[in-house]
Amino acid sequence: MPAEFLPKSSDLIRFLPETILIAFATLLMLAEGFAGKRWSKGYAGMSVLGLGAALLAAFLAYQNPGPAFSGMLMADGFATFFRVLVIGVGILTVFASYRFLEREGAETAEYHALILFSVAGQCVMVTATELIMIFIGLEISSIASYVLAGYLRDDKRNNESALKYFLLGSFATAFLLYGIAWIYGLTGSTSLVTIRSVLTSHDMTPSAFLVGFAAALIFVGLGFKVSAAPFQIWAPDVYQGAPTPISAFLSAGPKAAAFAVFLRIFMTAFAPIGPGWEPLVWLSALLSMTIGNFAALTQSNIKRLLAYSSIAHAGYVLVALAARSETGAAAAMFYLAAYALMNIGAFAVVSHLSGKGDRFVSVDDFAGLSTRQPVTAALLTIFLLSLIGVPLTAGFFGKFYIFKAALDSNLVWLSILGLLNSAVAAYYYLRILVVMYMHEPSEAATEAEPLTSGLAFALIVPALGILLLGIFPSALLDFAGKSAVLLRR
Amino acid sequence: MNLLNIVLALPLAGFLAVLLLPKNSAETIRRAALVFALVAFLASIGLAAGFSKDARGPQFATDVIWIASPEIHYHAGIDGLSLWLVILSTFLTPICILISWRSIDKRVKEFYAFLLLLEFGLVGVFVSLDLFLFYVFWEVSLVPMYFLIGIWGHERRIYAAVKFFLYTMAGSALMLVGIIYIYNRAGTFNYTAILEMFTSGKLAFNSGQEMLLFLAFFIAFAIKVPLFPLHTWLPDAHVEAPTAGSVMLASVMLKMGTYGLVRFCLPLFPDASRRCAPWIVVLAIIGIIYGALVAMVQPNMKKLVAYSSVSHLGFVVLGVFSFTQLGLDGAVYQMLNHGISTGALFVLVGLLYERRHSLEIADYGGVATAAPWLSTVFLITTLASVGLPMLNNFVGEYLVLQGAAQANFRWAVFAAIGVILSACYMLWLYQRVFYGDTPDTVASHMHDMNHREWSAALPLLAMMLWMGIYTASFLPPITRTNSAILEQSKMNVRFRVAAPQPAEYLSARKVSDAR
Repeated sequence: MPAEFLPKSSDLIRFLPETILIAFATLLMLAEGFAGKRWSKGYAGMSVLGLGAALLAAFLAYQNPGPAFSGMLMADGFATFFRVLVIGVGILTVFASYRFLEREGAETAEYHALILFSVAGQCVMVTATELIMIFIGLEISSIASYVLAGYLRDDKRNNESALKYFLLGSFATAFLLYGIAWIYGLTGSTSLVTIRSVLTSHDMTPSAFLVGFAAALIFVGLGFKVSAAPFQIWAPDVYQGAPTPISAFLSAGPKAAAFAVFLRIFMTAFAPIGPGWEPLVWLSALLSMTIGNFAALTQSNIKRLLAYSSIAHAGYVLVALAARSETGAAAAMFYLAAYALMNIGAFAVVSHLSGKGDRFVSVDDFAGLSTRQPVTAALLTIFLLSLIGVPLTAGFFGKFYIFKAALDSNLVWLSILGLLNSAVAAYYYLRILVVMYMHEPSEAATEAEPLTSGLAFALIVPALGILLLGIFPSALLDFAGKSAVLLRR
Repeated sequence: MNLLNIVLALPLAGFLAVLLLPKNSAETIRRAALVFALVAFLASIGLAAGFSKDARGPQFATDVIWIASPEIHYHAGIDGLSLWLVILSTFLTPICILISWRSIDKRVKEFYAFLLLLEFGLVGVFVSLDLFLFYVFWEVSLVPMYFLIGIWGHERRIYAAVKFFLYTMAGSALMLVGIIYIYNRAGTFNYTAILEMFTSGKLAFNSGQEMLLFLAFFIAFAIKVPLFPLHTWLPDAHVEAPTAGSVMLASVMLKMGTYGLVRFCLPLFPDASRRCAPWIVVLAIIGIIYGALVAMVQPNMKKLVAYSSVSHLGFVVLGVFSFTQLGLDGAVYQMLNHGISTGALFVLVGLLYERRHSLEIADYGGVATAAPWLSTVFLITTLASVGLPMLNNFVGEYLVLQGAAQANFRWAVFAAIGVILSACYMLWLYQRVFYGDTPDTVASHMHDMNHREWSAALPLLAMMLWMGIYTASFLPPITRTNSAILEQSKMNVRFRVAAPQPAEYLSARKVSDAR
């Protein structure tokens, strides 16, 4: 047997997290076939085990950094950062879902397998350095997400959510794929590094207009995935309709992965045409922040409110991207980590309180939570303060780094408008604090069950993370900064 | 660990300790909070005792690295400007705890926790010598006050709390842009280092940049002061807050704004400050007169005191932007005076409210017969607030007017109208509440002050007298720091203001005597 017949062991190690995730997902599917409902309590444990193993594998892969499979994947610091992030999001989602699934009587292995598949797809996305691999990863992740959004088959809203997500999502993916095809036609390559060198070489530069058009197509596709304006329309409906833990998952994991791809493509392949796409990102950032924040002001459904807020937060990250610098990329990475923590936490509280069939998802249902469940209320307060961007929380440093990077790149107006936007945003987050602390207890708060241990884990870990990153942010930021340099190579 | 860090750490330790205490042991919580606040106060007295008269630059300084990149330091220290403001914060916190002893009976634990957290934030604002750290404390102090107003306030508390938060947040967002911009240019957040760079010419802004940066900082501070026309959050917040919240808000939190003007705007952006000064002074004078006129027609006691704050703080801003030694000294002294006398007014209005459960002036009358001691204390406070000689406000107002007159005589003339008006509204208030017939509704509710209330009021009265009679205990460090700030604000000024040189003034001799 020739040696090339088997992949090199270094390749396998660098691809280990994805392998583990896929293996566990497959096992889960098989287990359901054999054991069915009998093991229903064990599936969550199995998926946490798989995710935990993948997390370890991600660190192991980082011990042997480098390209894998002839340069299609790159297990570098950047990939590790996002792998850890998306796997962590997966773990927290599983913990947050446990009680939810029990309550809805829908504990299946299928659910966990889908989460694992989605996370695996995201891992591929963040590791890929080649457009086709990126596309494959995106599809693995998206298709699993479409199913998850409609997981409760009998629920009308779930169905609406899944259908919308699927139709608009596949439409956006088509844009992305079309853009990839253009780029391949123009440069003869799908490898990000090669594309860059073609774009910078003097003798064979393709037409700037055509390259710009291709970049715009890719921007549309990815803009949809990160719910950036003007491609954000789907987000409120999908987040509102999807099962609450899945809303948490969708707003953190796939979004972070899509932003990772955004960074990779635009900071590596399209770096030479940076001045061309900067106004595009600038405008999209401003629109996302403004539309997200102003639309959230009037929302009464908390899931919808958080959906609009997630549009606004995508806008903040785009500000970092518009800075077109390594500090900007590092700031975006830091912010995505912070955002994942606070958003999962906030959605987990919503899931805790909402009751069977999303009975209590209006902002007013949080009334008086602080008197009935002071600890839950205090944890949600941490998440909300972090979303507002109050100092000593991760959200504050995220914003700070982003706007610092933006000012470094002389984006003065975008920074001013962005920070004023965050003052607007304070209003709707405060509304939740107001009802929680300053109103009499509502039916929802009175009926709320005590925190189960799974949910408590999904709340306390993000809260501690937020405070830790809010007081000592340097370690993570340093790592992000070092990884962001890799994008230039 | 030096004394200043201890003063800063004690409220935080108290906050954590109160959080750990069980929820239903209200009495223990109150005592614990009081002990922490008192110890913090005693420690801060040590700051005044150990404060060196001759040392230049910040004292009790600590400078350790907090975040490696971008380099952010925990850099704290005090000078003559911040010394008394720190002590004012630690002085008023125990008083606030005492007056809330009975009036706060729901969610006691959270209340005292937030109060101590607020003290931590306020002290932190005054001692920060790192721009970033300053911003952090500035925002941190916002959160507990928001909850104090929103949870324990009166009927329209939620509206007031949200308005308060959003106003401040909008202002500080701009300030953050300014801070980051300065960092990007200077490469450090260290305030003393930045000032040195200005002095040595290593760092300079062109006049357009300077003006924008000045405005970014100024708007944040002006909202906090509050300067007319940005004052509309203040009456709401004051009226709706519980007594302790009103006291801390009026006495200390508003000073964050004026402190910021003196500490940052003048030395960092001297040119822009001077160019804007005439406009700002006009706004300040409008605030003085407008605040007084509106105070006069208020049917609600707390609202009256709130608008009187707008008027008094106008004096402070006027003093700051007169760019004279006397004006600046008067402004800083007036910050302290306003803290003491308006704090006392809110305390006393709170006592009235606890008895009669109304803030409407019309619901009172003839309280003097029912509660003579309370009336006496109120009268002294009223007179202090009006600016009677021998009491504290007189000194500050006089110095401000003198300084303003040196800069531009007309400013002083208009501002002096405010002094007259303040006598009108305060004395009229006193007359309506304390004199006349005693309706049964008042007589049946009114009782005189008990020991706990005396222990809250006496220190305030003592300070009014002390600060009114023997200014030499307080002014010398202020004067020295202010002259350094003025000196700094003359650097790099491309045009010199042709203001008359301030004459030697009386208390300058007192200053040398005190040495």
